[in-house]
Amino acid sequence: MSNQKKEPLFSAKNVKLFTTPLSRENPITVQVLGICSALAITVKLKPALVMALSVIIVIAVSNVVIAALRKYIPDRIRIIVQLVVIATLVILVDQFLKAFAFDVSKELSVFVGLIITNCIIMGRLEAFAMANKPWPSFIDGLGNGAGYGLILIIVGFFRELFGSGTVLGYPIVEKLGIFSIGYENNGMMILPPMALIVVGLIIWVQRSGDKSLIEKK
Amino acid sequence: MKRFSNRYILIFSSVMVIIVATLLSLAATLLQPLQERNLEIEKKKSMLESIKVPSDKKNAGELYNRYIKDSFVLNSKGDTIPGVDAFGVVLKNEQKKPVEDQYLPVFNALPDDGEKLIILPVEGKGLWGPIYGYVSLRSDLNTIYGVTFDHKSETPGLGAEINTSWFEGKFSEKMLFEENEFVSVKVIKGGADPDNLHGVDAISGGTITSKGLEEMLFDCIVKYNDYLIKNRK
Repeated sequence: MSNQKKEPLFSAKNVKLFTTPLSRENPITVQVLGICSALAITVKLKPALVMALSVIIVIAVSNVVIAALRKYIPDRIRIIVQLVVIATLVILVDQFLKAFAFDVSKELSVFVGLIITNCIIMGRLEAFAMANKPWPSFIDGLGNGAGYGLILIIVGFFRELFGSGTVLGYPIVEKLGIFSIGYENNGMMILPPMALIVVGLIIWVQRSGDKSLIEKK
Repeated sequence: MKRFSNRYILIFSSVMVIIVATLLSLAATLLQPLQERNLEIEKKKSMLESIKVPSDKKNAGELYNRYIKDSFVLNSKGDTIPGVDAFGVVLKNEQKKPVEDQYLPVFNALPDDGEKLIILPVEGKGLWGPIYGYVSLRSDLNTIYGVTFDHKSETPGLGAEINTSWFEGKFSEKMLFEENEFVSVKVIKGGADPDNLHGVDAISGGTITSKGLEEMLFDCIVKYNDYLIKNRK
């Protein structure tokens, strides 16, 4: 408790833990982690949104669990312990979704299980939670989950808009009457390679705005 | 970093495994009734959708009782097998048996326009996992009235489009038989002629799922061949 007096819950350092993964240390665009799921579920915006939310929950909670146990986890089996914690949480989330939010669970199908293998989560447990207290770890988890989710949502938005002409299933292009002047949906956008190209474009935009991200030769 | 003894590691992992196992089995057992109810509602919803009766979670059970009049189970020769609950038949398990031993469920439906329909369940393989659905036939037992498909794990935006109404809608009024020969409905890459009574457009980017769907329709409905031919008008 005496710790909290020394450092308030939302100290500048803790706020920074949340904000840097959104931009300067974004897991996808800067650390280039979690690309696999960014490819798979960004054809439509809705699964991207639900996936982002699930990853935020799993990463934040597993960060807290590992941070709380960090002094008791034997070093030699720490990776196994981390995986067990992540896998347990994911299976619990999946079971609860199946029982209480059946539609969402159908929408996400196998991707819920794939959260287990999301390298961002393992990465944060190993790099942050093993060495920090539960509260900063929680914020760090939220930040990294949000940073991942943000990119997912941007990519999902553009792929759905240009690939299917809809946003969250609402046929916006048709309603605006753009089809009548000869516009057509780009079938390329719904194929996986375009996810990488869109992520590449985001990296380009981000680096041209923040020159410090560019590697020095 | 503090070093831990082997003893500590062993005890730590055993305790961890026991806690995790208890937690997971508790969750699985406690949530199972809810999950099974969801699946049952989902099944009723799909069947209603194939006869174009929209339903939601709340009224699916009631609408099911109103529109699905009765159900029975056939063998591959088209004879009724008494004493089997058609709703409880799990198609996936049936498909593992030899064809002569399989139970083939049939549901009789009567929508508001008064035409007697039959609903046949189908199940097959998509790209990543199982795909399944229901096909409802008009009283001539040849023309498709409506279909509904669903999938376990097809790619959103690609193969997963099989459960969208624009794709399912294309199957209405297609024919299963050419004279007395069963030809089913083909999924045609590059687009089907609108006059083609046995073909619909495939999904771009979802070729393997489309092909799987075509095989599913043929393989599942051809088993009803004898029954359909016998009862056709």
